[in-house]
Amino acid sequence: MTDEQGRPAAGGDGHDGSIWDRRVSRRTVAKVGAGMLGVAAFGRALAPLTEWAESLSMDEFLQRHYKELTPEDMAAVIARVEAETKRDYGADVTVTDTKAQDGVQFGYALNLSVCIGCRKCVEACHLENNHDRATNNSYIRVFEMDKGSLDFERGDATYDHPVPQPDKFYLPVQCQQCDNPPCVSVCPVEATWKEQDGVVVVDYDWCIGCRYCEAACPYHARRFNWKRPEIPAAEVNPNQGYLSNRIRPQGVMEKCTFCLHRTRQGRLPACLEACPTGARVFGNLLDPSSEIRWVLANKRVFVLKEELGTRPRFFYFFDK
Amino acid sequence: MNPTKPTPVHATPHRVSYPAFLWRLASLATDGKLPFYAWMTLLTALTLVGANAWAHQVAGGMHVTGMSDHVSWGLYIANFTFMVGVAAGGVLMVIPAYLYRDKKMHDVVIFGELVAVAAIVMALAFVVVDLGRPDRFWHMLPGIGRFNWPVSMLTWDVIVLNGYLFLNLHILGYLLYTRFLGKPPDPRWYKPFVILSIVWAISIHTVTAFLYSGLGGRPFWNTALLAPRFLASAFVSGPAFLILMLYAIRRFTPFKVEDGPIHTLVKIVRVTAILNVFLLLSEVFTAFYTGGTHSASATYLFFGLHGHDALVPWIWTAIALNVTAAILFLGRRALTHPLVLGAACVMTFVGVWIEKGMGLITPAFVPSTMHELVEYAPSLAEWKITVGIWALGLMVLTVAIKVAIPVLTGQVTYTGAPAPARADAPEPAAAAARAEEAGMSR
Repeated sequence: MTDEQGRPAAGGDGHDGSIWDRRVSRRTVAKVGAGMLGVAAFGRALAPLTEWAESLSMDEFLQRHYKELTPEDMAAVIARVEAETKRDYGADVTVTDTKAQDGVQFGYALNLSVCIGCRKCVEACHLENNHDRATNNSYIRVFEMDKGSLDFERGDATYDHPVPQPDKFYLPVQCQQCDNPPCVSVCPVEATWKEQDGVVVVDYDWCIGCRYCEAACPYHARRFNWKRPEIPAAEVNPNQGYLSNRIRPQGVMEKCTFCLHRTRQGRLPACLEACPTGARVFGNLLDPSSEIRWVLANKRVFVLKEELGTRPRFFYFFDK
Repeated sequence: MNPTKPTPVHATPHRVSYPAFLWRLASLATDGKLPFYAWMTLLTALTLVGANAWAHQVAGGMHVTGMSDHVSWGLYIANFTFMVGVAAGGVLMVIPAYLYRDKKMHDVVIFGELVAVAAIVMALAFVVVDLGRPDRFWHMLPGIGRFNWPVSMLTWDVIVLNGYLFLNLHILGYLLYTRFLGKPPDPRWYKPFVILSIVWAISIHTVTAFLYSGLGGRPFWNTALLAPRFLASAFVSGPAFLILMLYAIRRFTPFKVEDGPIHTLVKIVRVTAILNVFLLLSEVFTAFYTGGTHSASATYLFFGLHGHDALVPWIWTAIALNVTAAILFLGRRALTHPLVLGAACVMTFVGVWIEKGMGLITPAFVPSTMHELVEYAPSLAEWKITVGIWALGLMVLTVAIKVAIPVLTGQVTYTGAPAPARADAPEPAAAAARAEEAGMSR
């Protein structure tokens, strides 16, 4: 077929006429009219999209992936996020982007013998991380378990009665910050990854909202923003981390980050500070004198669903 | 038609004849009688309803769906999975036509490829409407965004689905264009792509199965049998749809569809329908004989769990439909009574849609990974969007068949003169068959 490519179209005009100079008939006019009507109808049908697009900035649309942002880019992005939080929520907030430190690997342990299932940690997480008030979201779910069994099928996360019940024990579950995180592998756009200090984070401005990570997580640790979070201005926690507790956009994934905006600045996670029984132990796994290392060395710890090979950094133990 | 003497086609450069080809297709696509316009208007109206519901979903958030953090995939991903199967099923016309050189199948194979295109368009649309942030779709484009290949199976799926779409568009476009020009197609320009499309068809459903079966946290999906099951069910729903479509073409268009290809498809589906039921039984045995926590999803699906039983009527309906259809296919009347065959096709199409859709996606989330029982039912918005995408797919298919038939039968050509028909092979792809034989005998 290539040999005809360059040749002049000898007498092409003659039969071109049969194709091109078709009379502009009534039917053609009707077709064009119907086509325009169809386009207009689709325009109307999709009108909510244009209104929605107006609430998004071009800067956000064109923003690069977190790892590709220069410090100057990051400063501009943070300024935009702060301004948008002021505009949309009426709250003055400070967004920081504290990086992971060398020589730090965060680990968490939880003493199941002393946890009483009071859900103070759940509430602290809800407030600290600027969760949607309407859904009462939190990264922590506490399971009320039958004594004598670790079978979650017999657990209940929706209990509503005084605690602790005598024949029960309580097992809070949040992101296990796996060393081999299935949620990270499945993400098609690298919007979630494991930081150098072991925390699995999400770039809320890069996530496309496919929820593959939510399907992949064996611990039900991920949450999706099914709608724009609602928080009264007075209740917004102004101390915000770019990769952690800043108010998330609609339609993206979020998860527990071990409160990295606190822990990377030497503070403890909000859930730990809220715990009235001291069941929670948090620290640097690389520091031999840390409490978490003492727990790992002296208690018989276990992790959830070890057989899946996810290698959690969240350990559970019993005292007595 | 054209009083002037036709100029030899080979004298015209493609830059002239190809736009003419597209222009003719566009005018064919919009020409028709009243029933055609009524059908297209209906489909457009349904698509508009879906488009509007989707716009509201994107703007207001996906809380308008019935999904939750416990059941985070629902009707969209169910339909996506099913449509990938239908697209892959088209290959069951390509294999007899090209590998077994079934001449009669060769005449209608192009319709199988048209179905593949429409099904892939639908599958991709179902993924797009499942995204919370479709405006960030460009994040997935290789080179511009960050494409997590080869680790994420979803990136594999993006590659194979788009690849399959382009393969089929190329094959279809090339064969129709050469037919339009009245030239025999050059095997070098489509033969390798046809062979590739056979392998590729298997790959799209394999990769789609791997999306699910690779997730260790969801025992219901985490089975090596998933990909074979996907293919088996695709090779049931695909031919079932193709048979129904060939009936429709025979009924509503001047195109002559012979019994040969339909019978070939019946013979295929006789085996695959039984295979599909067999593979389901194998899953059921393993789940229930082993018991324990891993059977929780299967228990929920088939019998209900702790009083939650939303899927039970669905799955038993699917099983009843699939088993009845398998029996009907086996009977002699499947070949002699179009009504029996049509009924069997409709039954198994619906049966597989339930089984591969709601019966496969939802139970993996119920109970959740931490064994919480939260049920799922699609919301009105999800149904609207789903119906809209089905209407869109049928629109693509209708238009594709509408433009393909006059070109295939030689009624619409570049010169305006009817293309010569071949005596040995009754109609359309006869030229293709001839060219192929030449290529094969080399």
